[in-house]
Amino acid sequence: MRVHAKRALALCGLALFPVMSMADWTMNMSPGVTQTSNDIYGLHMTILWICVVIGVVVFGVMFWSIFAHRKSRGHKPANFHENTTVEVLWTIIPLVVLVAMAIPATATLIDMYDTTEADVDIKITGYQWKWKYDYLDDEFGYFSSLSTPRDQINNRQTKGDNYLLEVDNPLVVPVGQKVRLLMTANDVIHSWWVPEFGLKKDAIPGFINEAWIRVDTPGTYRGQCTELCGKDHGFMPIVVEAVPQAEYQTWIGEQRAAAEKEKELTQKEWTMAELMERGEKSYQSTCAACHQADGSGLPPSFPALRGSAIAVGDIAGHIDIVVNGKRGTAMQAFGEQLNEVDIAAIITYERNAWGNNMGDMVTPKEIFGYKIQQQQ
Amino acid sequence: MSTVADAHTSEHSLEQNHDHHGPAKGWTRWLFTTNHKDIGTMYLIFSFGMFLLGGTMAMVIRAELFQPGLQIVQPEFFNQLTTMHGLIMVFGAVMPAFVGLANWMLPLMVGAPDMALPRMNNWSFWLLPCAFLILVSTLFMDGGGPNFGWTFYAPLSTTYGPPSTTYFIFALHIAGASSIMGAINVISTILNMRAPGMTLMKMPLFVWTWLITAFLLLAVMPVLAGVLTMMLMDINFGTSFFDASGGGDPVLFQHIFWFFGHPEVYIMILPAFGAISHIVPAFSRKPLFGHASMVYATCAIALLSFLVWAHHMFTVGIPVAGQLFFMYATLLIAVPTGVKVFNWVATMFRGSMTFEAPMLFAIAFIILFTVGGFSGLMLAIAPADFQYHDTYFVVAHFHYVLVPGAIFGIFASAYFWLPKWTGYMYDETLAKTHFWLSFVGMNLAFFPMHFLGLAGMPRRIPDYALQFADFNMVSSIGAFLFGATQLLFLFIVVKCARGNGEPAAANPWDGAEGLEWTVPSPAPYHTFSTPPEVR
Amino acid sequence: MSEHQEYYVPEQSKWPIIATFGLGTTLFGAATIMVDGGQGASTSSGWMIFTVGLLLMAYMIFGWFGSVVRESRAGLYSPQMDRSFRWGMSWFIFSEIMFFAAFFGALFYARVFAVPWLGGEGDRGSSNMLWEGFQATWPLINTPDPSLYPAPKGIIGPWGLPLINTILLVSSSFTITVAHHALKAGSRKKLKLWLGATIVLALAFVGFQAEEYMHAYQDLNLTLQSGIYGSTFFMLTGFHGAHVILGTIMLTVMLIRIIKGHFSADNHFGFEAAAWYWHFVDVVWLMLFVFVYVI
Repeated sequence: MRVHAKRALALCGLALFPVMSMADWTMNMSPGVTQTSNDIYGLHMTILWICVVIGVVVFGVMFWSIFAHRKSRGHKPANFHENTTVEVLWTIIPLVVLVAMAIPATATLIDMYDTTEADVDIKITGYQWKWKYDYLDDEFGYFSSLSTPRDQINNRQTKGDNYLLEVDNPLVVPVGQKVRLLMTANDVIHSWWVPEFGLKKDAIPGFINEAWIRVDTPGTYRGQCTELCGKDHGFMPIVVEAVPQAEYQTWIGEQRAAAEKEKELTQKEWTMAELMERGEKSYQSTCAACHQADGSGLPPSFPALRGSAIAVGDIAGHIDIVVNGKRGTAMQAFGEQLNEVDIAAIITYERNAWGNNMGDMVTPKEIFGYKIQQQQ
Repeated sequence: MSTVADAHTSEHSLEQNHDHHGPAKGWTRWLFTTNHKDIGTMYLIFSFGMFLLGGTMAMVIRAELFQPGLQIVQPEFFNQLTTMHGLIMVFGAVMPAFVGLANWMLPLMVGAPDMALPRMNNWSFWLLPCAFLILVSTLFMDGGGPNFGWTFYAPLSTTYGPPSTTYFIFALHIAGASSIMGAINVISTILNMRAPGMTLMKMPLFVWTWLITAFLLLAVMPVLAGVLTMMLMDINFGTSFFDASGGGDPVLFQHIFWFFGHPEVYIMILPAFGAISHIVPAFSRKPLFGHASMVYATCAIALLSFLVWAHHMFTVGIPVAGQLFFMYATLLIAVPTGVKVFNWVATMFRGSMTFEAPMLFAIAFIILFTVGGFSGLMLAIAPADFQYHDTYFVVAHFHYVLVPGAIFGIFASAYFWLPKWTGYMYDETLAKTHFWLSFVGMNLAFFPMHFLGLAGMPRRIPDYALQFADFNMVSSIGAFLFGATQLLFLFIVVKCARGNGEPAAANPWDGAEGLEWTVPSPAPYHTFSTPPEVR
Repeated sequence: MSEHQEYYVPEQSKWPIIATFGLGTTLFGAATIMVDGGQGASTSSGWMIFTVGLLLMAYMIFGWFGSVVRESRAGLYSPQMDRSFRWGMSWFIFSEIMFFAAFFGALFYARVFAVPWLGGEGDRGSSNMLWEGFQATWPLINTPDPSLYPAPKGIIGPWGLPLINTILLVSSSFTITVAHHALKAGSRKKLKLWLGATIVLALAFVGFQAEEYMHAYQDLNLTLQSGIYGSTFFMLTGFHGAHVILGTIMLTVMLIRIIKGHFSADNHFGFEAAAWYWHFVDVVWLMLFVFVYVI
């Protein structure tokens, strides 16, 4: 009896799936804001209902049998042990159901793979542990990192509403246009997923995977990295702002102007104070994940910078390791990722913070010259 | 004559061994044994120990995931926990448990005196503690243990892996060697040592499923060895199998790994299918429905299992033609699996059932494994999989097929065969308690994970967004309940083994059939030295 | 009913536990050598552990096979036992075939998918934008990133040493078959001659292969680090070479046993097992010759 009731309850829960999509007890995926995500939702609900029906029938027969065909009820065992007709039927019928399922699934999949005739091209690169977005048509790019304060993660502050799902620089895309995404990675495999777009694609280092979205509704959409990529795999979310096309064009214009201005900043004369201020900001967003906010690192994988031989040693060696990285370790070649201003600022900061107090500094112009020299 | 060096039985080994001794005395008996019952017992004890170790890791994982925020472990160590939990459960708990059941029961079921190659059998066992000693020791090495998931994708596991990765590779090589030799032994035993009159179609289902499992092991464990070796070479000798800079591809790793990995999951379930096919007829007092089609369905599943591996890779960017092929093949494999479920239900139907512990676990297996099969069917729909892949929906799926699937199958088998092994009945009330607590705990732990995945929670993360908090808390509570309950199982087994229960007859189960029930309980140290006639 | 010879089950044996220590120590030692060496530290402790492990394994192989040989010659093995050994050896060789299949699979994938994609062809051809200037060829005369994986200056043509090696191995399969027939016919002298010839051919193969490796490394700059071409070339031919060496050792042991008077015309499974292994090694070479050297 207990058996019967418990399992009936479980089945009811299963059947009430779509109804119970409330706040914290969300039980189902959302149909999303693209044609693809809606198609997927339809396939998902169809296969779910097929499974529910099969389950109800099969488990129903089982429960009936458990109830009625018990020795304690005096039921005597029958002796049959084969029936070719029945076996053929319950092989053919599931096969037919599955073929029926495969047809719309095939159509949706082929559509998802068609990346031709896109309006906008964006290259997405997964890094440990952030994303980089490069607008290929407009020749600018930027990093997008988790902006939830560490204090919230370490339970020293109350967690905000978008805890772990907020970034400093979201991806901006136009509504109603086909956006082609070219995914790759800088180091290990990552995966870019925004549930409401119905889009997930692995970012493979050395290769490009193409995908596309056409967002129908303006809004803010959040997702996460979905391929284990190291210690901060859970801390590199995705935020996408889908905006009307006019707003998008304005934003593009602003970004291009800002990129030009950054290039000019390389040439200006920087003071130590300015470099330290910029350096601290850049260090926290780029370097602190591994080397920690206080420079203590996580040896042996991530060495300490406070009191380290490199940070209090020869400047050339310090520049070299930041720009070129260290092969065979997780230290990336930041020369490719950061502009000259940030590199100079970070190095200056590292040499003077946490009691390192070297008193020297590196200017963006010096880094610019260093990079030119490297290419020769 | 000759000077034989073998243990203490130098002269005996050279004589016809008509007069069989009982087991040797002292603890070295276990080091030098060649007896399938001894070896089976060692496998089962080892696997349960590993189950508790992997389970403890799961408890820490669920404790960290009890609430949002980082409370107990840092992300680096969390990744080591999830990796080791997976490796230990797959290679240390589930697989050795089934090998232990095979060792105990296959010779008895086919009427053979022992396994075909008894010394190699013992070597297969002892390699496992060796492998896991090395594997677990990596947690204490500089840089920590493996932290890249039990699926150890490159380049996270190659260029970016900790120094201990090379030890991890060799530990798995050793475990793989153990499995390959065990599989050779199983196949040779089944094909060569059946009692006269036992044709292939007269073999019981547990023997059939193990024959097919052994074939799968022989086909894919070497492929795992291959990918491990490629990893070793990429890490230590500068090859570029998985590095695009040299013309390789990280996705190549995934293809080779999953070519092993998919048959591997069938390796982890087919023996359970076989055991359930013994238990359900016994407790329904009715023959298994469709014996022949059960055999064919198992063969079909095994063959198809080689053709579906890339359904673990739907999001990596394989060409659409490949994507479609793997979707179709994966959908297809649901058909023979469904046939098996229907056959079990048909066996129960119009039987005369009683519900002792083996039957409770068997019924839960049928229902809950099927639930896992349903989520598997959903995962097979490639476009939909883009939303499920690498989320908790997948975690829910494989825990349903592995926990109420493989693990409940092992519990059912253990209760079913404990009387034969020990000569005593286990405590039925305690066993039923173990069942119900496990059933509730397991469902509380894993059913909410379906919702978490659909709501958008990725896998392998130590901390999560606030909307996932409530189901995570429920899941953790269920996990703690399930984990604690397994200590009850330990108590039940020890109590039974010490003779604290009813003495068991040769066949304590009303409806059970087979050669194994014709020998006394406990089974004598040597059985079927002269093979029986099978009609 | 005819008399049924009981299936021999040894009562106890120390060899499995010794083998466990042996294999565990050897591989732990190997890992230590690689990890310490990779970090630039001294590898002497690793080499010591490795050597101890190898010695244990050698002791175990002598002891375990020795026991089996003695038991066989004492007449303890029934025809059923003989069949167990046959099944065992056959399925072992099957598992070895699957091991090679993994490497052939990698070669196939690299040539048909990965390299063309990196070069700009096919579904993932847009990857080429990450590797400017890389053109897909096979063998890889340039790699996507030559600073990490320097490309080789040349390749090993199939019609020189590899062709000679093919002739050597195919001939050796022939010679061992003649030896087998001689054994079955009871012609011991002919048996020793043809088995000896097989071993000589095998040793010649190993010698030529070593020479080919030296030529590759020194003259052609074709090494393990030469991109995916070097990786697949050396792993496939390397593992094959290792199996040839193992097979040669097995054949030599058989020759020694024959000289000592072991094996009869109707009871010689050890010889057959070594012969099967040898044919397997030969077939793998033919696959290699076609897919690694020729095509």
